[in-house]
Amino acid sequence: MSAPEVVISGIGQSAVGRKLPQSGLELTIDASLEAIADAGLTTQDIDGVATFPGFRPDMQPFSPVGSIDIKEALDLKLDWFCGALEGSAQLGAIINAYAAIKAGLARHVLCFRTVKEGSGGASWQESATARAERVRVGGEFQYIFPYDAISATNWLSLYAQRHFSLYGTTREQLGQIALTARRGAMDNPKALFRDPMTMDDYLSARMISSPLGLLDCDAPTDASTVIILSAADAAAGSPKPAIRIDSVGGGIHGRAGWDQADMPDMAAFDAGRMLWSRTDYKPEDVDLALLYDGFSFLAMTWLEALGFCGRGEGGAFVEGGHRIARDGALPLNPHGGQLSGGRTHGFGFVHEAVLQLRGEAGARQVAKNPQVAAVSNGGGPMAGAMLLVRD
Amino acid sequence: MSQGYQRSLPLLDDLNRFYWTSGKDGVLRMLRCQSCGHWQHPPRPVCPKCLGRKLEPDTLSGKGKVFSFTVNAKSWGPGLEVPYVIGIVMLDEQDGLQLTTNLRDVAPEDVKIGMPVEVFFEKDEDVWLPMFRPTMQAASA
Ligand SMILES: [Zn+2]
Repeated sequence: MSAPEVVISGIGQSAVGRKLPQSGLELTIDASLEAIADAGLTTQDIDGVATFPGFRPDMQPFSPVGSIDIKEALDLKLDWFCGALEGSAQLGAIINAYAAIKAGLARHVLCFRTVKEGSGGASWQESATARAERVRVGGEFQYIFPYDAISATNWLSLYAQRHFSLYGTTREQLGQIALTARRGAMDNPKALFRDPMTMDDYLSARMISSPLGLLDCDAPTDASTVIILSAADAAAGSPKPAIRIDSVGGGIHGRAGWDQADMPDMAAFDAGRMLWSRTDYKPEDVDLALLYDGFSFLAMTWLEALGFCGRGEGGAFVEGGHRIARDGALPLNPHGGQLSGGRTHGFGFVHEAVLQLRGEAGARQVAKNPQVAAVSNGGGPMAGAMLLVRD
Repeated sequence: MSQGYQRSLPLLDDLNRFYWTSGKDGVLRMLRCQSCGHWQHPPRPVCPKCLGRKLEPDTLSGKGKVFSFTVNAKSWGPGLEVPYVIGIVMLDEQDGLQLTTNLRDVAPEDVKIGMPVEVFFEKDEDVWLPMFRPTMQAASA
């Protein structure tokens, strides 16, 4: 028996916002029930759960809900489940579920990412280290934190600065990614930031860690996003068109330390190579790109890593913003990404890709009837990518 | 005793103690494979190039070049003074032998990728943190 095709059969998302009254588990239940209904399933059909990164008692705003919590809440009967921080970034949960279905370990896997960072304690690194008492750290971060390189903004700025220096990339080019996100968010009722943004607004926003300013950074939020993966034959009766996972990419070949990489190279390039090695599609076949933009520079990196332009050409590719606009050759993050939509942390890109491929994206629907979408998550040593196809 | 921000410090153990205390005599040391000569940082108990298990701390010149940098402008906690420069320095001894540091004795706007720098140490409790500054030109008139 050959391995089944794997499709996204259902999607769901809770309310998205700051200081939402619901708990992380309540948000997860909202998103799960919406996704299960969207797939035409019942809770008793779900036989797998996958989440990133699993319950983290030490950093609950970052991950307040684990696989067991939703299993218990909905009385799921699971044959397979996992929650892991290590893997192909946030998409690792979905890629694990894809593998589990391919292996026949489960038929319908509920994948979720839940965050309560919009309710405070957003940046766990920052809250853990920027304080008036001495902290001793082990592991990789012992080589980074003592230099007050506390925030992910610092770690990624080092990649961005080298990109600027090697390739002549500019703040104005990076700004096009933020502006494009904002234009999309203006047509997304769930987006966090919906006021118009100009290049002047972008350039005059305060610097955080050069060359990245405030509007290069996404914003913490409360949200739960659920993606249901099914074996294609088991989803044959779904009310919505199935979105097939054509290819996945993850892994890492280069140095894995945040400060050990051959900057500006990241694991994203390894994910990109793997993704294209497993499909007959080519970058030019992609109609729509949902690329991780926890920082604007990461979306630029993904454009290069997935081969939409050459290495170092990300700045020129986004110049002027036309190519990546909703009506451009490669629409980028039409929902506003995380930059303007809020840090739903990876899964929001998958959710939007499915809406767009189904033609359900409303006012922000890209017009060209997209059939192939590239989705990516992560930065630095963490990277995952998928090619989604509506056959 | 400062009431304000306290930088994090490394948790010393048998593998990293030599590195974090190397500055006691003003010299930067990293693990070096005794079989093939490969420098290994951060410290690990095996050489990734030849899989040799005999690695010993060895002396480096302390000279390198700025591989990348960022000027941090946001204060991440009360009392953390800004701006400060975070750098990645690639050491002269080996391509890819690099570390995070702070770049000192240089105005943030004067830092450039490729700039030659040299190590000095800043003692904090039982730790000597390797810091870097522009290389002194011994021959300068
Ligand atoms: Zn060796």
